[in-house]
Amino acid sequence: MVEMLTPLFVILCPLIAAPLILLLGKWPNIRDGVAIAAGIATFSLVLSMINPILEGDVIRISFQTLLPGVAVGFKVDAFGMLFALTSSSLWILVTIYSIGYMRSLKEHAQTRFFFSFALAIFGALGIAMSANLVTMFIFYEILTVSTYPLVIHDQTAEALSAGHKYFAYLLTSGCFFLFGLMLVYYLTGTTDFTNGGIAALGALNPAHKWTLIILFFCFLLGFLKAAWMPFHSWLPSAMVAPTPVSALLHAVAVVKAGVFGIVRIVCYIYGVDLMTSLGLGLALACIAGFTMIVANLFAIAQDNLKRRLAYSTINQLSYILLGAALLTPDGVKGAMMHIPFHGYMKITLFLCAGAIMVATGKKNISEMAGIGKTMPVTMLAFTVGALGMCGIPPAVGFISKWFLCAGSVEAAETISPVMIMFLFVLLIASLLDVVYFFPIIHTAFFKDPEGVAGEPKVKEAPPSVVIPLAITATFSIIFFLAFILRPVDVLAPYVDMLSMHIYDLVDIAVGNVFT
Amino acid sequence: MVLAEHFPVLVIVISMLAAFTILLAGKVNKKAAFPIALVTIFIQLLLSLSILKRVLTEGTIHYWLGGWSPPWGIEYVIDALNAFVLVVVLFMSFMCVIYSKRSIEKEQPRNIVLFYVVFQLLITGLCGITVTGDIFNLYVFLEISALAAYALIAVAGGRALKASYNYVIMGSLGACFFLLGAGFLYAVTGTLNMEDLSRLLPPLYENRAVQAAFVFFAVGLSIKVALFPLHVWQPDAYTYAPSVVSVIIATAMAKVSVYALIRVIFSVFTIEFIESYVGIDVALCWIAAIGIIAGSVLAIMQTNLKRMLAYSSVAQIGYIVLGIGLAPMSAWGLVGAVAHILNHALMKGCLFCAAGAFIYKLGLWDIRDFEGLGKKMPYASFAFTIAAISMIGVPPCTGFASKLFLILASLQATETLPFSGYFFVAVLLTSTLLNLAYFWRVIDRIYFVKSEEGHEEVGGQEIKKADVPFSMVVPMLILAVLCIVVGILWLTNLPLPFIEQVLADLGVGVLPQW
Repeated sequence: MVEMLTPLFVILCPLIAAPLILLLGKWPNIRDGVAIAAGIATFSLVLSMINPILEGDVIRISFQTLLPGVAVGFKVDAFGMLFALTSSSLWILVTIYSIGYMRSLKEHAQTRFFFSFALAIFGALGIAMSANLVTMFIFYEILTVSTYPLVIHDQTAEALSAGHKYFAYLLTSGCFFLFGLMLVYYLTGTTDFTNGGIAALGALNPAHKWTLIILFFCFLLGFLKAAWMPFHSWLPSAMVAPTPVSALLHAVAVVKAGVFGIVRIVCYIYGVDLMTSLGLGLALACIAGFTMIVANLFAIAQDNLKRRLAYSTINQLSYILLGAALLTPDGVKGAMMHIPFHGYMKITLFLCAGAIMVATGKKNISEMAGIGKTMPVTMLAFTVGALGMCGIPPAVGFISKWFLCAGSVEAAETISPVMIMFLFVLLIASLLDVVYFFPIIHTAFFKDPEGVAGEPKVKEAPPSVVIPLAITATFSIIFFLAFILRPVDVLAPYVDMLSMHIYDLVDIAVGNVFT
Repeated sequence: MVLAEHFPVLVIVISMLAAFTILLAGKVNKKAAFPIALVTIFIQLLLSLSILKRVLTEGTIHYWLGGWSPPWGIEYVIDALNAFVLVVVLFMSFMCVIYSKRSIEKEQPRNIVLFYVVFQLLITGLCGITVTGDIFNLYVFLEISALAAYALIAVAGGRALKASYNYVIMGSLGACFFLLGAGFLYAVTGTLNMEDLSRLLPPLYENRAVQAAFVFFAVGLSIKVALFPLHVWQPDAYTYAPSVVSVIIATAMAKVSVYALIRVIFSVFTIEFIESYVGIDVALCWIAAIGIIAGSVLAIMQTNLKRMLAYSSVAQIGYIVLGIGLAPMSAWGLVGAVAHILNHALMKGCLFCAAGAFIYKLGLWDIRDFEGLGKKMPYASFAFTIAAISMIGVPPCTGFASKLFLILASLQATETLPFSGYFFVAVLLTSTLLNLAYFWRVIDRIYFVKSEEGHEEVGGQEIKKADVPFSMVVPMLILAVLCIVVGILWLTNLPLPFIEQVLADLGVGVLPQW
């Protein structure tokens, strides 16, 4: 346990940047500069915390509250670090991208956009580093409220109704979360995330079995940001927002906060043992499995690229839920890995969708014939992301899926033979991923656009749009290579550094869960 | 310090003297009224802060008026709770008086002097209710403040006259009930001093007159605090009063009435009395819970902003009363109630200030006309938004802290009332969503909904900013910032000594530990 102020500084960066952005609204260049600077500062501060955590320490800073036993504060452990790394590193890239995107499309209200964006990151980082449920709730609500102006950015009737839906779902879910956390506090006197679960909660098991089960479902409803079915429809609706917002929602902050929360509940509040003995793992796995298959079927039917990606996100989030629900070391490992990996891959896909919109104004897949030739870099990056979603090497999606599959086999051996069914669910879902991603690639590269003769000219989006998506795509491959090259002693340190120690962090986190 | 000992009475005396001074000075020069009121209330605020500090360090203050010892003389008793309420009342009054300068100049240019005279009398009454330790004296101040409030509302003329008339009828009924209660107790015990009463009453708890007295107090004060369903006077009064009057009666006055309710229940009577003889705690909770939902639903149906805020107040008073009702079962209930006295004053004060500002500058009172207000009046809109978010209970704003305490209290109440406890939790959470429904509608209009006339120019044409005068913006912004700062303060353990003292003074016990 190390006491450090760094988590506070990490939070303060976006918090201070937000009002600055608002004040500097009249000078767009300085304003955007502030946003990037804050992003870089945040990321470096997050990185600076990585060493103690790799040594197995936990960074803590907290303030006692009026409620006895509850301290509002931050505790950065390996798992929190994973999420913090993901969102803070992607924030820089998304900011650069947004600047190019918003200026190319001459979007209105850019100051409001960057202001809300900074606040959303503030919320996401707070969630990542929170030490207990109370702190997490505070930032969770901040995240919900601060993303509203982003979702309704267009201010059309459609955007507003999407925003209302977003609020109706997520703030209602916040009520369940609040109830759940108060009940945990009332029952146990603490809400701290504890390795192996809160012991006092486990002690309630045989006597108050149904209370615990209901409580768990309250938490599931409380983390509707994870967009599990049938409560997912806010997410596709929110696609009316500008593309960087979708990227933020899908990869950086919002939905990740949801799955992060559920993994926290499963592994650090309930604990693997209690989950197993209550049979909640199977219940959660069923929800996740259902979502995976159904979301993919929905995705196949979409022609709007962003909506298809939205359903793909719903599907991928449930991979993470499933991994946690398997309650085996490999399953949890896969789930935890998939948070950063999915973040990088999905953001690539969204950034590509946005780049296509900037360069050609096209939103529907059916209009994208031949686009691979006019926008080679973008579509190459898109292909990498799509491969990752389907779990095909050399994109990193393969590794998390591998562990998820291994986890389900393990669960079948240790928990119950029924769990083997989730291996097939995983494989079917991956197959369906292929079914809706490959046609996009096919259309883009191998179909000729109608009515256009001659060799098409290369016409990419502006560099500030293309570079970030190229970087995220590259990282999706680097993470994969890092996994392969890690066993080589000579390369290990460099590879680990380049992959931000994600694999080490995951190992430590899994070790904490299965103490 | 000899003078410091007289602070409790000075708070009231200088206020009352100021009222007459304003009248006289106003005859000479109309412009003298505002500065006198400003300075007086500022001094009162400083006095109250010093009193609070003294109470927190030295314990309860007993001040014998004219040196007559109780129970014969009138005694002022200030413990942690009323020192706190006094500060809240005077702080809100101070904000109001700053706000009032330009607001009253515009709305009531002919009655400026009289306005400040009556305003100062209202403050006198409110401070009096807060500091007194004598039940009849409390009644006297209750009437002083109520009469002043009737006049202040009626000053707007037109529909305000009817609103004020309704208020006179209902308010007088409430006061009568209170007086009857005091009379019954005097008949039974022969004393009017609260502390004396609390000593003499326990053996008489089975006496029907005592029980009737309690019910009279409860009903009378419920009318005064506008607890659902006795709130009927309140929406009109808040809506049609001049802007600044809405602010003061919705914040300071409503809170003082709630304080009186707490005082009667916990200091004159005791928790044992409620628990064993009149099962009013559970009844209060249920009435409050219904009030929370009904007030919120009624608020959703309004299109007049001030009226919506008025109904929202009905709901919020429900929060406080729910906390009071839960107090016998959980100390957290009282913490929630006390916290919400401050929190609601800040939030509602800010909201009414902003609503007044919209009317002041653009004459807008209908929510449907609010499109694009965020650009026209950025500061007022900003203050309104922060306070509204706080009302919804988004952490770390003040509303969240109240909600947290009340939910915890309800959960603890499930030990004695399994069904009701969970019901109250559900009510609290539902009310969050209802608050969201009616406040977000306004925020959406202010910032996001595009107006149909299409004056949302492309190409960055500057929209004319038309914010209210500086002296009106400042109180709003201070309150908005406090909504966040105080919210964070409630989450820290800084208020803990104060809370413990309040709980001990009122005999509610200690905060549960694990």
